[in-house]
Amino acid sequence: MSEEKIEQDTGSEEPSPHRLIGTLAVAGLLSGIIIIAIYLVTFETIKENKARELRESVFRVLPDATKMQKLLLKEGKLVVSYKEEKGEEPIYAGYDDNDKFVGYAIPSDGPGFADTISVLYGYRPADRKVIGMWILASRETPGLGDKIYKDAAFVANFDDLAIDPPIVATKKGKSKPNEIDAITGATISSVAVAKIINKGNAYWVSKLPEPGNEPAYEVPAAHTASSGAVDTQAP
Amino acid sequence: MAKEKLAYDEFMKGLWRENPVFVQVLGLCPLLAVTNSAVNGLAMGLASFFVLLGSSILVSLLKNYIPKQVRISCFIIIIATFVTVVDYTLAAAMPVIHKDLGAFIPLIVCNCLILGRMEAFASRNTLRMSVADAFGMGAGFLFALVALGAVREIFGVGELFGITLFGPNFEPWVIMILPPGGFITLGVMLLYFNWVEEKKNKIDKQLAAEDGVN
Repeated sequence: MSEEKIEQDTGSEEPSPHRLIGTLAVAGLLSGIIIIAIYLVTFETIKENKARELRESVFRVLPDATKMQKLLLKEGKLVVSYKEEKGEEPIYAGYDDNDKFVGYAIPSDGPGFADTISVLYGYRPADRKVIGMWILASRETPGLGDKIYKDAAFVANFDDLAIDPPIVATKKGKSKPNEIDAITGATISSVAVAKIINKGNAYWVSKLPEPGNEPAYEVPAAHTASSGAVDTQAP
Repeated sequence: MAKEKLAYDEFMKGLWRENPVFVQVLGLCPLLAVTNSAVNGLAMGLASFFVLLGSSILVSLLKNYIPKQVRISCFIIIIATFVTVVDYTLAAAMPVIHKDLGAFIPLIVCNCLILGRMEAFASRNTLRMSVADAFGMGAGFLFALVALGAVREIFGVGELFGITLFGPNFEPWVIMILPPGGFITLGVMLLYFNWVEEKKNKIDKQLAAEDGVN
């Protein structure tokens, strides 16, 4: 009997399993509430940041464009889209002040040296040339691989680049219209960018309409209020 | 007055005498990974500082309500919540820095410095002292990150906070911005700190001996 009592005494100093589980449950609950709160508070701002970044990137890779709209492939045809749809694979069309079509801005991604590289590049179907390139996301080595967006000379490689035959990165100094100069010390990252653009072309070029038949610019009169609408004017 | 002096002592302890990086050798993973430039080191240091301070305050306030059997789990929950808040706040307010720091913001949770201070200090001391300790350790960590980042950026790229320091003929010491450079730089700094510590001990001993003679 006395043994039992001693056991009970030491037992009462330790918190019960209910207390332990309860503490963790409360901690988890509060943590969850705070995380949901911060997510909701920052949601709109983060979405706007992403949209603004995209807008700026599109105008960067399509030099003469002042307006843009988002296009989706629906039943083999490109249609203008204002809503955000799940799992969509958009490309963007840029137009100048006279609503004349300038080119497509095509997003593509692929493995780089460190992690996936996300690229947006401008494509002019009339002469089948890449007319601009911008890195949307990369985790390449700072000081080496990150030159794919920090080195103006490398980015300029893509201002007037033929896509037939597919783009090749060369170390020895480019001589052909489809060649780019790889960055010294960042060959893999440079080659990755070329491969990513080739991959984008392999997917999209055959699906694009004939030059001259691109979707016309539609003034977004009634659509601006819908959530996820892409702001089409240049900043 | 004595209490105030103690709080100041706690702060200086974290900043220098028990610097989390150069003396305790903690938090090396984020340290080596994000110090390829001074501004990245600064951003990571500030993010870690905020998490350390917030977690210390909360743990110190709740220390009597958290049973010791589940204390580590609770500390992690608290730290992870703060890190998530920092992550989303940076993504909204400073998207460029958020992009640069990338995957290392969530990794602040694994920073053993923060969990270590919760266990060693915040869960056993008053709120006031815990805040002082968090400030000290956070400042010490920030100092280490910026120092390391600055050295690696200067030698590895020839810039500091993005400002080019040398002329076009400067040949950057590329290894400095790669992992081996991080280890080497840290090693040199640890060497320096240990040397200073030894010298100080020698001088203290000498003074004590002289006092004894007198």
